[in-house]
Amino acid sequence: MIAFWILGVILIASAMWTITAKKPVYSVVGLLAHFVALAAMYLTLSGEFLAVMQIIVYSGAILVLFLFVIALLSSGVAPFATGIDRLPKIAAPAIVVALAGLGFAIYAVGRSSVAATSGALTAAAAGPVGTAGVFGSVDDFGKALFTTYLLPFEITALILMVAVIGVVTLAGDSTPYAATEKQARAVRKSMREAIVRGGER
Amino acid sequence: MQGAIDTLNAAPLWLVVLIKSAVLLLVVVTTFAYAMLFERKVMGWMQLRPGPNRVGPWGLMQPAADAAKLILKEDLTPKTADRLIYRLAPFISLLTAFSVYAIIPFGASASGPWAIGNVNAGILFLLAITSLGVYGISLGGWASGSKYPLLGSVRSTAQMISYELSMSLSFVGVLIIAGTTSLDGIVNAQLHWWFFITQCVGFVIYVITAVAETNRAPFDLVEAETELVAGFHTEYSGLRFGLFFIAEYVNMLTVSCIATLLFLGGWNAPFGMTVVPGIVWFLIKVATFMFFYIWLRSTLPRMRYDRLMAFGWKVLLPVATLNVIATAIYVAFKG
Repeated sequence: MIAFWILGVILIASAMWTITAKKPVYSVVGLLAHFVALAAMYLTLSGEFLAVMQIIVYSGAILVLFLFVIALLSSGVAPFATGIDRLPKIAAPAIVVALAGLGFAIYAVGRSSVAATSGALTAAAAGPVGTAGVFGSVDDFGKALFTTYLLPFEITALILMVAVIGVVTLAGDSTPYAATEKQARAVRKSMREAIVRGGER
Repeated sequence: MQGAIDTLNAAPLWLVVLIKSAVLLLVVVTTFAYAMLFERKVMGWMQLRPGPNRVGPWGLMQPAADAAKLILKEDLTPKTADRLIYRLAPFISLLTAFSVYAIIPFGASASGPWAIGNVNAGILFLLAITSLGVYGISLGGWASGSKYPLLGSVRSTAQMISYELSMSLSFVGVLIIAGTTSLDGIVNAQLHWWFFITQCVGFVIYVITAVAETNRAPFDLVEAETELVAGFHTEYSGLRFGLFFIAEYVNMLTVSCIATLLFLGGWNAPFGMTVVPGIVWFLIKVATFMFFYIWLRSTLPRMRYDRLMAFGWKVLLPVATLNVIATAIYVAFKG
């Protein structure tokens, strides 16, 4: 329980820092702290596999790309360009909407938690975290993924594949079209020369 | 020995973990110091020169002298640097480098408490922690606020992401054969055949990616002296540079430990020579792998960056994928 409160405070603080930080890189660092704390939270809920995957996929791959892009596109040192401060106008409606959402979530969780916990308790055998047959272990996760939830899992994979193909198509190949190999060589040569000229500026 | 183990088992958990962590930290830092001396000596001999031999007998006090020098040096922060992240980055590097040792077992769990924590998803945990190591380098390079460190950090990010993929796939082959994700179980599965024989392709891929992941020669484009001054740590000096330096060597030690656990049979004795205790075999294997690392550095020239990327994506990744598929088919048909 102590772990829950400490992690909860870290989670909310880092999330706040992520959205309020002036420099983009600070936001990335805030998000990194958030993801690591979230993984620790999963561990306290005996979601061992989920916790590890959370770090590998989000912190280890996606967030690194964020950092890569931010570091490359801007110097990142300069703060965000600040426009007109719109906060005073939208503050009141935003707080109302957020509180309404929170209230609804608490109500929904309160209604469903009785049924959910009783089901979970019978399904998961008690035992040390991570051993086979215990809720959240790698064995059980794999079995559920490849038997009970195989179709949703494969459909998700397909959707991600579509997104990847879409990105490749949209980003495209920036080399000018050349019909023959000879023309292609000429194009490559002219591009190389342009790069060299650019360097001598 | 048995009495000591019983006392350890009776003590409260937090105290045991604290003592084990402190001992391990001391051991790892000492190993780092002498790994550095070992590297300089071996490289010296390979290049027909004596290496460090002035401080103490055979230069054995050299690490202490280096440490004293680094601590006494002025800690500079460039004017254009982002102060907060510039100071944070070395600690991220060091933290991720050390926290891996929380789950590395140095002996069979049946023969005594050899690991701080025996995690069931051990190998995945290793991957998770090592994948965080890139933040230290990329944040440090960015926060320095000058161009060479930034180039170094961008290179390292791209390189580490690319090679991490093939590295994970080389682990998958081992996982399929061993049928478990716990490091203890993987070593026990290598009682007869070590996985560097049955998973020879996976082993070669792992060795290559391990060198790339730790940014060592011939994949040390992150700190290529001829192009980038010193790469991501150009602006760092004094103890903060020292932290990056420690992290690099501890990471080398880590990948040597992983190679030993996953491919070289861990603490299992070769040819049934069980007279020598398992921990000694483990250390011998780690030391051999470290020597191989240094040998590579003093032998191979640095790769060109575009070739490094092309090699990672167009050669290593397909081969690693084929290896996983072939292993899966073999295991499926064998039952």
